[in-house]
Amino acid sequence: MKQIEAVNDFVIKFANVNGSGSASANELFAKAILRMGVPVSPRNIFPSNIQGLPTWYEVRVTEEGHLGRRGGTDMMVAMNPQTWDADIAELAPGGYLFYDSTRPLPPSKFRDDIRVIGMPLTEICNAVYQDPRQRQLFKNIVYVGALAILLGIEPEVVEKLFGEQYKGKEKLLASNVQALHLGCDFARENLREPVGLKVRRADRVGDRIFVDGNSAAALGCVYGGATVAAWYPITPSSSVAEAFQKYCTKFRVDQSTGQHRFAIVQAEDELASIGVVVGAGWNGARAFTATSGPGISLMTEFIGLAYFAEIPVTLINVQRGGPSTGMPTRTQQADILCCAYASHGDTKHVLLFPEDPHECFEHAAAALDLADRLQTPVFVMTDLDIGMNQRLCKPFQWDDSKAYDRGKVMTAEELEAGRDFGRYKDVDGDGIPWRTLPGTHPTKGSYFTRGTTRDAYARYSERGPDYIYNMERLLKKFATAATLVPQPVLRPAAQKTGLGVIYFGSTSPSMHEALQELEGRGIHLDAMRLRAFPFPESVVQFLAEHERVFVVEQNRDAQMRSLLVNELDADPAKLVRVLHFDGTPITARFIVQAIDAHVGKANVQGNTTTGAKEAA
Amino acid sequence: MTYLAKPKLRHPTLATNKVGYTRRDYEGKISTLCAGCGHDSISASIIEACWELDIEPHRVAKLSGIGCSSKTPDYFLGASHGFNTVHGRMPSVLTGANLANRDLLYLGVSGDGDSASIGLGQFAHAMRRGVRMAYIVENNGVYGLTKGQFSATADQGSKSKKGVVNTDSPRRAWSTPTARSTWWPWRCSSARATWAGASRATRRSWCRSSRARSAMEARPSST
Repeated sequence: MKQIEAVNDFVIKFANVNGSGSASANELFAKAILRMGVPVSPRNIFPSNIQGLPTWYEVRVTEEGHLGRRGGTDMMVAMNPQTWDADIAELAPGGYLFYDSTRPLPPSKFRDDIRVIGMPLTEICNAVYQDPRQRQLFKNIVYVGALAILLGIEPEVVEKLFGEQYKGKEKLLASNVQALHLGCDFARENLREPVGLKVRRADRVGDRIFVDGNSAAALGCVYGGATVAAWYPITPSSSVAEAFQKYCTKFRVDQSTGQHRFAIVQAEDELASIGVVVGAGWNGARAFTATSGPGISLMTEFIGLAYFAEIPVTLINVQRGGPSTGMPTRTQQADILCCAYASHGDTKHVLLFPEDPHECFEHAAAALDLADRLQTPVFVMTDLDIGMNQRLCKPFQWDDSKAYDRGKVMTAEELEAGRDFGRYKDVDGDGIPWRTLPGTHPTKGSYFTRGTTRDAYARYSERGPDYIYNMERLLKKFATAATLVPQPVLRPAAQKTGLGVIYFGSTSPSMHEALQELEGRGIHLDAMRLRAFPFPESVVQFLAEHERVFVVEQNRDAQMRSLLVNELDADPAKLVRVLHFDGTPITARFIVQAIDAHVGKANVQGNTTTGAKEAA
Repeated sequence: MTYLAKPKLRHPTLATNKVGYTRRDYEGKISTLCAGCGHDSISASIIEACWELDIEPHRVAKLSGIGCSSKTPDYFLGASHGFNTVHGRMPSVLTGANLANRDLLYLGVSGDGDSASIGLGQFAHAMRRGVRMAYIVENNGVYGLTKGQFSATADQGSKSKKGVVNTDSPRRAWSTPTARSTWWPWRCSSARATWAGASRATRRSWCRSSRARSAMEARPSST
């Protein structure tokens, strides 16, 4: 048997039981590698459950900085008997199995083509700790200690992390360090046979920060000037609102009076949470809600109202697997169409597609500006993969001199000066009307906001021409939106090619890696990363300039492709679907296989390619 | 009756209140409700109450849901911003508006379909939170705009124009005491004369300005 050998380039997966305290130990493991200057890309794979079900934590160690999921496992830390068989089966040949050998297992439970490393974790902990909870919790730290020795992670780095984590809690610090050393010492004495996977100190992390997308989006809302948030708990978006609460408590409390400069409502349901946001937006606050697919479904009536009555609304949709309750703890990009056209009647909405936490921060702030400028709902379409996993990304930057774009709000002075106010009148030719805020002027500028049809002066009207004027103005406004949203990012191929690929959101890191690999195989593609809907003119050009364009997305029905066909009259025959929708994040391997297979069978017609099957 | 322009003429000696407004300054557009509708009496009472209380019209934000009752904010306080939201969800929108600007007065107008049926949840949660508002429920026991269906507050045994008898017991959410919000059970005469047969015996019009006034007055000053 040839064991896998790799330095700073492997995947280690921890199979645990949720609620056992493994999450913080596993995160510690990942952070220690980061501190050694080696990029990692960790992912939580967890069930919709509080305690007792299987959960995994997958760490991709990648000196090259590939932050997408790789697929395949080189080392398995098998701590969960429930999933043992599947976990063992998933290991690559020549891979390593690390397990708790306290209780003997029959040889049939192992494989011949893997290296097995047993360590009596339970026995070690039971000998040292009396408290059952400690026995359980420190088992995780003990295996981190052993893995540090096996893989070449410096224990001092882990100790330093403990020092930061338990600052001022000396007792906790000491007991964690003790557990770490228990693991290290055992490995040094008993696990002497070298392991082919190594972590070697490097300098590849740079100034990047390690943060989850939900925290980033919440911070973007703080910087973007949101003062009102309303939400209803739903996985995987709850931590957006919770992080907003945390940051507001830190940054938005008046130091002298203790007064809160923010308002957060945990509403009774999603209908109420979007209602609060609509009311606050109508009354001049910057307001947002964070939710996921089922919440969007519930909010659609209000979204239609905000579209038609033209009220600024920001929604952060952390997408999960649908339809219905679907896969609450798995990732997908399957709400594209339901958000683009949310609500009955003719509606269209602005969508932003952040690729990582850095863009979650930027897009959340941008969405608040866009919502005010365009007086319409703006969706930030993140997903569970970005939202709930910590990811290395560029540090956030904010120019403190930047003024918020509050859009077209007519002041009391302007009204007093006799300026004509038609709430739904297009005076500037961009389809965006002026609005007034309640309480502005004693006699001028008031109007009655409604979801029913009205004329340019907000007077109730069911006259055809009034209706058409309004609906066409909304279309013009949408065309204006295309010029204001974050523009696509083009990554040209090394040489001229008729092949293009369109992708967006969390697919980004895997796409970059796939493009490198494909180039190595002689397949050159110009790549366009969409960052928003409506699509700017550059997308039309990109489609026109290529004979065949792959559209890579994480849903079953090729929703972005449908949107391209529907909105741009793109020729469906040249748009090739590349679809990944099993709930796991898309991998470079998947994309490479799908595109390679399609390019390879040039004589075979058809425009769907799903790549080879891969292990989850 | 929208084609009838509302005359702007007013009596030259109309009294002004402490903030310099006459009653006419608190009026809105001409009502499009059925002649004799009790909702118009409520609108008149709100106008009277706001004048009496020396409230500057533009310092009120008036919000409503959907239905006959919810159309009425267009018929009073024409200088106020109004928001005719979605069915049964006025309380959440008003809550959000309230968070955005604590300086305005918030008047929520709703009906029995709005607050006792589709929006019972939002109604209850607005009470639970103690939202700073005056909450007026214009309760006529019937769906007027969709023509004569029973609402959740329709009396048991009531008979509709088409002869259907209401067998369900009425929802009496209004009897719930509330801590901080103010609301008032307006039981006005039926929305449509044609429906009066079922309701004449039990419904009275309580639309006096004193009621509206106590609703506007009793709103707590802060949440």
